[in-house]
Amino acid sequence: MSAVKFIIITGHYGCGKTNVAVNIALKLASEGVKVTVVDLDVVNPYFRTADFKELLESLGAELIAPMYANSNLDIPALDFDLTSMKEREGYIIIDVGGDDEGAKALGRFLPVLKDGNSVMLYVINKYRYLTRTPDEALELMRDIEAASGLKCTGIINNSNLGSETDRQTVINSLPYADTLSKISGLPVTANCCKEEHSADIPNAFAVNVYVKKLWEEDIR
Amino acid sequence: MAEKSLMKGNEALAEAALRAGCKCFFGYPITPQTEISAYLSKRMPKVGGTFLQAESEVAAINMVYGCASSGIRCMTSSSSPGISLKTEGISYIAGADLPCVVINVQRGGPGLGGIQPSQADYWQVTHALGHGDFHALVFAPASVQEMVDTVTKAFDLSDEFRMPAVILADGLLGQMMEPVQFDDAEIKLSDASNKPWAANGHGNKRKHNIINSLYLQPDQLEDKVVERFKRYEKVKAEHSEAVADYCDDAETVVIAYGSTARLAKSAVEAARKSGIKAGIIRPVTLWPFPVKQIQKACENAKNVLVVEMSMGQMIDDVKLALNCSKPVEFYGRTGGIIPKPAEILAKIKEMGGKD
Repeated sequence: MSAVKFIIITGHYGCGKTNVAVNIALKLASEGVKVTVVDLDVVNPYFRTADFKELLESLGAELIAPMYANSNLDIPALDFDLTSMKEREGYIIIDVGGDDEGAKALGRFLPVLKDGNSVMLYVINKYRYLTRTPDEALELMRDIEAASGLKCTGIINNSNLGSETDRQTVINSLPYADTLSKISGLPVTANCCKEEHSADIPNAFAVNVYVKKLWEEDIR
Repeated sequence: MAEKSLMKGNEALAEAALRAGCKCFFGYPITPQTEISAYLSKRMPKVGGTFLQAESEVAAINMVYGCASSGIRCMTSSSSPGISLKTEGISYIAGADLPCVVINVQRGGPGLGGIQPSQADYWQVTHALGHGDFHALVFAPASVQEMVDTVTKAFDLSDEFRMPAVILADGLLGQMMEPVQFDDAEIKLSDASNKPWAANGHGNKRKHNIINSLYLQPDQLEDKVVERFKRYEKVKAEHSEAVADYCDDAETVVIAYGSTARLAKSAVEAARKSGIKAGIIRPVTLWPFPVKQIQKACENAKNVLVVEMSMGQMIDDVKLALNCSKPVEFYGRTGGIIPKPAEILAKIKEMGGKD
């Protein structure tokens, strides 16, 4: 089995995959690790990794996005090939589109991803409809696995209520993530939360919120 | 109250429709509103309703026409180019005095335009949503929670006044996620949801009801239209709505609706911090237009700034509301470009405030 090369980020539509992917990329890049982020979202017209090109590049991470991302051409075209990326230095983080529909895009790259060189992290948010219970989250995970042909290897608990997220929001989601871990047999790789909420949170992964609304930005 | 959920604007609109007793949805996919259809295709069958993806927008709105005729709460949704296709059906629905809800999650135009957010359908929805003398109720929510709250109101008022109601959103509101809370209490349908006029089978027990928009005699048609406009006067008097902030001592009043109002409010708050007396009023209903509220908010203003995601459409109604008594300026971006708070702030400063 070769070393891990591809980190695949998957999950329910709107669970915060893009923010998780950007945070992992920036963390690795800040540690001096080479990172390439691939925007494989064929579902979402707005709010995607391609929005963070400048931020990623400023920290030395590279972004590869479909040529039509954020344009007016709403077609699921991918004009790049993951196979050649295997030779790249460092990690390749793949931000996949939501649900099983988005995960289908992985199927085309199965030969390179099935090589034992990838991890697939399933991002969950207790506060999103259709994945509010561990059973629902497991059902969707199985759908994603079936559509992609890959098995999830870990759970990232990214439960949040957007700008209203506080420490209690995170704490209330821990039993949910643990139950999913039990019924799926997968470890909770990380519980995402802001640095100031992270005290005593097991496996805390401190994240910054990069996906912001225009009116939440500082202006002067 | 139930626990909060994080929802996309489009999903929230769909869930709110179910909770408002919407039993039939007829639609046709188009970005950036497709999540409404996607959500209802999964959920509608589970509550005993009908979800139907029609063969076109024209078919979908005519299914709404038929369904509304039978007295059932029904809805369709689309985005700008698709709404243009529906206008013929909407005119027939208005001409037959039927209630229904139509959602427009606006994108850039004209023509196919683009898939990014826009507010360039203001003129269409408020002034020409089809041929003939008629109006639709038009609501312009500015947050995901407000979209939820608006859906029930749109169905209720549509039933009460027997006229179509439009929820005018835009791609930004439809696609963005915010926390929302639904009231878990059982929905109480308003009295108007009892529809003795509906063509739902008379069972030989009453005279049959006729739903129609064709009048063979011009005097009958005139009477009907005049009667309808009397109803509109009642709507204007009772149901225009706007939210004003910081307007009491404002020298510059900003007027914006929907997501643009959120952006403009950020700019107004930043202006206040730098000592500029700015205020904002946000029309919540676009028809009826909140004329009195705007007049009051602008009472002490030296000038007025209208901000829209278009080349300037609502600005005409603002000028009419103010009878051209104040200078009215405009800032807008179009084609799917969102005006940034910093750009709006620069315009407020340029209009006479201090730096």
